[in-house]
Amino acid sequence: MGVLLAPLFGIYLMIVFSAPPEAPPPAVTDTIVLLPDEDGRVGSVVVTSASGGEQTLDTAYATVDVNEEGVLEARVEDPATIQAQYGALLSATPPQPKSFTVTFEAGSSDQLTPVSLRTIDELKEFLQGRPAPEISIIGHTDRVGSDADNDVLSLARAKAVQQLIEQMGVEAQSLESSGRGEREPIVATADKVSEVRNRRVEINIR
Amino acid sequence: MSRNLLLASLLFSIAFPALSQTEAGTIKISRGDARIVRGADTLPAAVGSSVFVSDSLVTGTDGAVGLTLRDNTRLTAGPDTTLDLNTFNFDTTTHVGEVDASVTRGSLSVISGKIAKASPNGVKFNTPTVTLGVRGTEFIIEVDAPVEEQ
Repeated sequence: MGVLLAPLFGIYLMIVFSAPPEAPPPAVTDTIVLLPDEDGRVGSVVVTSASGGEQTLDTAYATVDVNEEGVLEARVEDPATIQAQYGALLSATPPQPKSFTVTFEAGSSDQLTPVSLRTIDELKEFLQGRPAPEISIIGHTDRVGSDADNDVLSLARAKAVQQLIEQMGVEAQSLESSGRGEREPIVATADKVSEVRNRRVEINIR
Repeated sequence: MSRNLLLASLLFSIAFPALSQTEAGTIKISRGDARIVRGADTLPAAVGSSVFVSDSLVTGTDGAVGLTLRDNTRLTAGPDTTLDLNTFNFDTTTHVGEVDASVTRGSLSVISGKIAKASPNGVKFNTPTVTLGVRGTEFIIEVDAPVEEQ
């Protein structure tokens, strides 16, 4: 469940080919550059060539050149050079997937908390500029009530949010709702405990 | 009754695997000459187009195409590029899955998604000369804290 909401700790990498010139020494055929992600984090990429060479990239702008003999050579690229060289490529990157969460009044399938009404406004604005948004809506409950009732309530909450989105006039690529009942709480509580943070609907936009 | 239906659909999918085409992602950005090659067919890579396993994305000199896969992996193909999507499968509950794609010419940028976190050995990119294994970092396993709207 947490995994679903986790921020995207992305790993950026880039593969670029250049035409091999004819003269020796062995020409560079591929270049791989590891970039920091939108949150400044850096992942890791292991580059392996058919001839058995291996290099691990795990720092920002770490770069591997591959020559036509399959030899890997590590270096560090300059961020400004990357921007100049690949700015056009990077500017065509799809927008980052994003999640919104709204919460509900106790027992209600259609009454949002006051702060969530503002979230719905933000969501509407956010969706305007989004290309072909794929929207997945997941409803949850707190632990008041039976498991069976909460399954029904969680789906009803998701459907209520779906209806709000449908009324926004955005053209969604896809829009689907599901309910998870009380089985994925944000805050673990004993049974029968009313907890607003668990009475929620997550809206995941890809 | 429903068991029979299930059995029938199972048999059907075994008999006609080609019909159970796996949708891998959706085109979000498209510029200039950008096409999807699907078997013998070539379609425009328009915003909103679905991309399936075994499709190729092909761009011309003025082309670029940005694709978001179902696990939130984002792939961007630059100009004069051919990108083959060889494998994609993703369990939306466990986030376990596989991504395998090849770039045979041009440029590709990748931002890994949920599969790289749940299946560190499941994400692979190839060029004609090298294979890239994309590993997540330890940061990725942090999660159980409540996450605010991002």
